[in-house]
Amino acid sequence: MKGFKPSAPFLLLLPAIVVLAAVVVLPLILSLYSSFTPFRLTRPETFFVFVGFRNYLSILSNADFWWAFGRTVLLLTIALNLEMLLGLGLAMLVEKATRGQRILRTLMMFPMMFSPILVGFQFKFMFNDNIGLVNNALQSLGITEDAIPWLIEGHLAFIAIAIAEIWSSTSIFAILILAGLLAMPKEPIEAARVDGCTPWQTFRYVTWPFVMPFAYIAMTIRSLDVARAYDIVKIMTDGGPAGRTELLWTLVGRTAYSDARMGLANAMAYFSILLSIAFTVYFYNKLAAARAQIGAEW
Amino acid sequence: MATVSLKKLTKRYGNMEIVHGIDLEIADREFIALVGPSGCGKSTTLRMIAGLEDISGGTIDIGGRMVNDLPPRSRNISMVFQSYALYPHMTVRENLGFSLKIAGAAKDHMDRRVAEASAILGLDELLERRPSQLSGGQRQRVAMGRAIVRDPDVFLFDEPLSNLDAKLRTQMRTEIKKLHAKVKSTVIYVTHDQVEAMTLADRIVIMRSGHIEQVGTPDEVFSRPAIRFVAGFIGSPPMNLHEATVSDGRLMFSGGDSLPLPGQFKSKTAAGDRVVFGIRPDDFYPTGHGLSSGGETEVHRAELPVSITEPLGNETLVFAEFNGTDWVSRMLNPKPLKAGDRIGMSFDLSRAHLFSAETGKSLRS
Repeated sequence: MKGFKPSAPFLLLLPAIVVLAAVVVLPLILSLYSSFTPFRLTRPETFFVFVGFRNYLSILSNADFWWAFGRTVLLLTIALNLEMLLGLGLAMLVEKATRGQRILRTLMMFPMMFSPILVGFQFKFMFNDNIGLVNNALQSLGITEDAIPWLIEGHLAFIAIAIAEIWSSTSIFAILILAGLLAMPKEPIEAARVDGCTPWQTFRYVTWPFVMPFAYIAMTIRSLDVARAYDIVKIMTDGGPAGRTELLWTLVGRTAYSDARMGLANAMAYFSILLSIAFTVYFYNKLAAARAQIGAEW
Repeated sequence: MATVSLKKLTKRYGNMEIVHGIDLEIADREFIALVGPSGCGKSTTLRMIAGLEDISGGTIDIGGRMVNDLPPRSRNISMVFQSYALYPHMTVRENLGFSLKIAGAAKDHMDRRVAEASAILGLDELLERRPSQLSGGQRQRVAMGRAIVRDPDVFLFDEPLSNLDAKLRTQMRTEIKKLHAKVKSTVIYVTHDQVEAMTLADRIVIMRSGHIEQVGTPDEVFSRPAIRFVAGFIGSPPMNLHEATVSDGRLMFSGGDSLPLPGQFKSKTAAGDRVVFGIRPDDFYPTGHGLSSGGETEVHRAELPVSITEPLGNETLVFAEFNGTDWVSRMLNPKPLKAGDRIGMSFDLSRAHLFSAETGKSLRS
């Protein structure tokens, strides 16, 4: 190695590079590689059998996987839209508050302060058909006689999960949209009022275009969140009943650890990441367009 | 086109009264300027007329219709804001046409109105741009265009030129005046700049601390200020105002100097009265360098030391020391002077003002 003299910056960065390589790059490469093998945790030797795209091809014809994929997209669509509507409403209410706005803002953040696992347990308890708060309340109020099998019937379980997701994350939308509302200059709104707008028209033509970029930022964050939803579902239904609430990542987790088919699971995971990338690209484009539209300088 | 009438108009925030029951009648097609120092309530008054602020007391009539409880959109007014308040996500064309679109106007009507407004204001080249691509003056023109497209009963301007640089401000001032000559509607214009008020308005309303101090044509408020505040506020450079005591037909200043009591005030004052003497820089000038009105009947001359000069090219402001303080004078057809020079100064006493020291009211009839 005569004459090889690494520069000081390289040497100083080397420890960081080594650590990153060990904990990020190497596992990434290994997992990518294993998605091309029939690797099973119970049979380590299978790690060295290269099967090319067989795992990927089998995913394409795997009905369970496509159901989980579709269900994830459905949950994403429902949760994001409802969260945005609720978050927008919440933000506009808080913005109207002239006193105690700081406290309201802090209170709004509460759901985000709980671990998703705990949120899962909490909602599992609330939606329990025998002892749950929800059924208890519905029955006490005389809305229904029978216990509703929230987490037992497939559609209801999906709704329950969506509710838990929405409860825990609406505040992301609320906070970001509120930031937009607070940053918004007030004169265009007054100009719109003078120009003949009703309150609804003022919102539709002036406030909303301004707040839209902020909503798209929240959308981007949340689409990544929901696309990798795992913990709440794992706790509340564990993908059940009979796989009716199985999402992409609960399926990946089950395939990897319960079925021990790590190679197949990794192939699913890499495929699922495409979904996240697609959503990210989509919302980033929307965000850029919305920003250009309001002439934002950030 | 409409008259505007304010009766006992009051604004309170909690216990704080900002506007104290003002009365004002504005004629159809009149250009009214509300002028006064910061916090005098002029913008609040304008915003109450616009409907952007609630009215705490009194009434506002526009075109004979009481509008107190009408939302801004039902008042048929348009407003130009200090910060332009353009819609950032719309092109200039969309900004101009927005109010008509909201009102559900037909496409061709909208296009025609936008084309007219853009022709008047020279916006044709800019119609497809967005506000962020425009300069301050262009944005201001778009804001005015948006106002005229509506063909409103009343135009409201809230310090529209304050964000522009000095040169552009003078230019836009002329444009606003031309605009009013073309569209001929009632205009209420709020400004803290008395030059804008003087140059633009048919009548000026001078406000202070939520009260109207004087209403009059630019000539009236300049030549016959009703109170000391107006005398000091209108005119640039401001009027020289100094306290004095009437004694023996003379005005005795505290510094020991004195001036003859101007003839027209002789019957209105008595010995021992405390007054404020006021003389505009135009009426206090280096002898031979004043307005050659020829009508000077009552000139007092004195030789005074120059303390500083401000040459403006066509004229020079000369600060001459009299009674221990600097009095500003306007020297026309200027000649070079330097600090310390002694020059002959003329006080045109026939054009001087006298105010009561207690009430501040003018002693002129």
